Amino acid sequence: MAFFESVRLALQQIRVQKLKSFFTLIGVMIGVMFLIAVVSIVEGMSRYMTDEFAARILGVNTFTFRRMPDVFVGDITDSTWREWQRRPRVTQADVDVVREALPSGVRSAVENVRFIYATSAFNRPRQVMAFGTEAAYFQIKKYDIASGRPFTPQETQLGSPVVVIGTEVATHFFPDLDPVGRELRIAGTPYQVIGVLEKQGSIFGFSMDRMAIAPYTSPMSRATNPRGDIDGLVVQAPRAEVLGDAMEEVRSVMRGFRGLTPGQPDNFAMETSDDALSFFAELRGRMIAIGTALPAIGLIVGAMVIMNIMLVAVAERTHEIGIRKAIGARQKDIRRQFLVESATLSVIGAILGISLGIGLAKLVAAFTPLPASVAPWSIAAAIIVGAGVGIMAGFYPATRAARLDPIIALQRE
Amino acid sequence: MSSHGRSATDEEPLPTTAERKAVILESGAAPGKDWVIVTRSLKRDYDMGGEVVHALRGVDLAVRRNEYVAIMGPSGSGKSTLMNLIGCLDTPSSGEYWLNGQMVSKMSDDALARVRNKEIGFVFQTFNLLPRASALHNVELPLVYAGVSSSERKRRASAALERVQLADRMTHRPNELSGGQRQRVAIARALVNDPSILLADEPTGNLDSQTSAEIMNVFEGLAAHGQTVIMVTHEADIAAHARRVVVLRDGVIASDDRRAAFVQKVGLPV
Repeated sequence: MAFFESVRLALQQIRVQKLKSFFTLIGVMIGVMFLIAVVSIVEGMSRYMTDEFAARILGVNTFTFRRMPDVFVGDITDSTWREWQRRPRVTQADVDVVREALPSGVRSAVENVRFIYATSAFNRPRQVMAFGTEAAYFQIKKYDIASGRPFTPQETQLGSPVVVIGTEVATHFFPDLDPVGRELRIAGTPYQVIGVLEKQGSIFGFSMDRMAIAPYTSPMSRATNPRGDIDGLVVQAPRAEVLGDAMEEVRSVMRGFRGLTPGQPDNFAMETSDDALSFFAELRGRMIAIGTALPAIGLIVGAMVIMNIMLVAVAERTHEIGIRKAIGARQKDIRRQFLVESATLSVIGAILGISLGIGLAKLVAAFTPLPASVAPWSIAAAIIVGAGVGIMAGFYPATRAARLDPIIALQRE
Repeated sequence: MSSHGRSATDEEPLPTTAERKAVILESGAAPGKDWVIVTRSLKRDYDMGGEVVHALRGVDLAVRRNEYVAIMGPSGSGKSTLMNLIGCLDTPSSGEYWLNGQMVSKMSDDALARVRNKEIGFVFQTFNLLPRASALHNVELPLVYAGVSSSERKRRASAALERVQLADRMTHRPNELSGGQRQRVAIARALVNDPSILLADEPTGNLDSQTSAEIMNVFEGLAAHGQTVIMVTHEADIAAHARRVVVLRDGVIASDDRRAAFVQKVGLPV
């Protein structure tokens, strides 16, 4: 018997017993719903990590030379932590050595970061995320200026008290005013606002518009880095291959400069966006494993419900099976009929579950800071899982139906 | 009560006893293609909880194409067992069964299903139609399992329903049809695959006498057109519609007569 004939028959059977069919597939539906929702949220976070977080905070083809890693994976042992604490701080001399080692065409900028109170004549004091950096930083981070201008290399050299601010800083300290040319006091020092950044949005609910970017040589550094050290040097290569070469070069030069013998480990860190992403990839794997284990239990329950209902259906339709066998249905025809029926039930459950799961993911995305992105593979997977659950659950009942003796089956009413 | 309607072919010569014996005695050999059913010492035992029941104790039966045969016998005579074997719903404990030149007594389940689909058209006492399917779909069903395309199925099923004068009832479900109409749908279903034999099991058992006569007329007409018909019944007056009556008793053939001889023997009004 043709496959479509079986599907048509299955749909007819489901139509006849709508309520029963609905209860049959509810287990699969709920299982698939949570599966889709969990995968969508994890997938959304992961997309967010690669597209937004890694690219915007760390930058593409970028590494940061620092004293110790800023983003790290899992547990850090006490001894590791103590080793990090013993490392020498990064100084201007280190930065100069690193820069010397970089191939041409590679950009770099010092990056010092602290939350510092700022004040203006127009509003209450408030903390801003103060960045002490250099002119190249705007290119590395692809920060566009909405109004005004970025600061120049000359201003960096001179340590001029000029600042480029984020939109939130602008609206807080200069409500309904053009901030450019006005005064913002950062850590007590008056700075001249020379530019306002384009709106950056937020990452994991953390605003990227509360920044105040000034030359690291300006007076602000007394507040950001009172010891006179440097947090990190951001290095951006034009291509991934150049990045690798640059990192190798910097490593060997720095080891020489720090006087490390071949047996000693590096006493500095070079962090790339890949490090952060590998951390997240691990996290994502764990979240998917846990997030799918629970709905999987739902699917097992769903499969058991389907199996039961199919056994009942075989018992109820024994006479019909007898008729079909008498007029020439082979075992495989009967088996296929019941397998297709349970698979159809289960796939309908999966499709309902997919729609509800997408809805749930959208709801979560709308009401929490968690992003959600429905992965096309998860929809395909859900349908395959649905069909698989149906076929597995239907196998035993279908085989029982197929093996019925036509004479005995015909005698049953 | 029933008028023993006689067809024009009534006086056509049936095979002689000698011819039947000859084909049966050739054990192991395929019968000539004129012989649609040949059974040789067909036996069927049932194991009833340790006790063996011999339902058939060696049936030798030869039916030539175009015959209209009734198998008669009281309950317990083994006629249902014989019908199941002839209908390929069951396999014998021993003996040979040749259907349309094929040895079917040793076939697997699925091979038997194929044979049932192609060679046999069943008509049951209780009609055995699918209750939720239309008359047309019921008639199409054997063609579905034969792998016939949808349009061809429709065409052939409608033709079969026209043959039993039900062209105007195609979309009706069984519960919207009378008993006689249901049995005619079942006959159309039995005929749709152009089977070697039409096998009817008490076809009038659930019908009143008038409807029974109507169904008997349908069979008569089919037999007259050359359809081989095997009818299992326990009613002598129904059996008397066939041109040949085989009487089964205690699992063996007790008598095998032409209609005239049978009618005379059981004393039915002529």
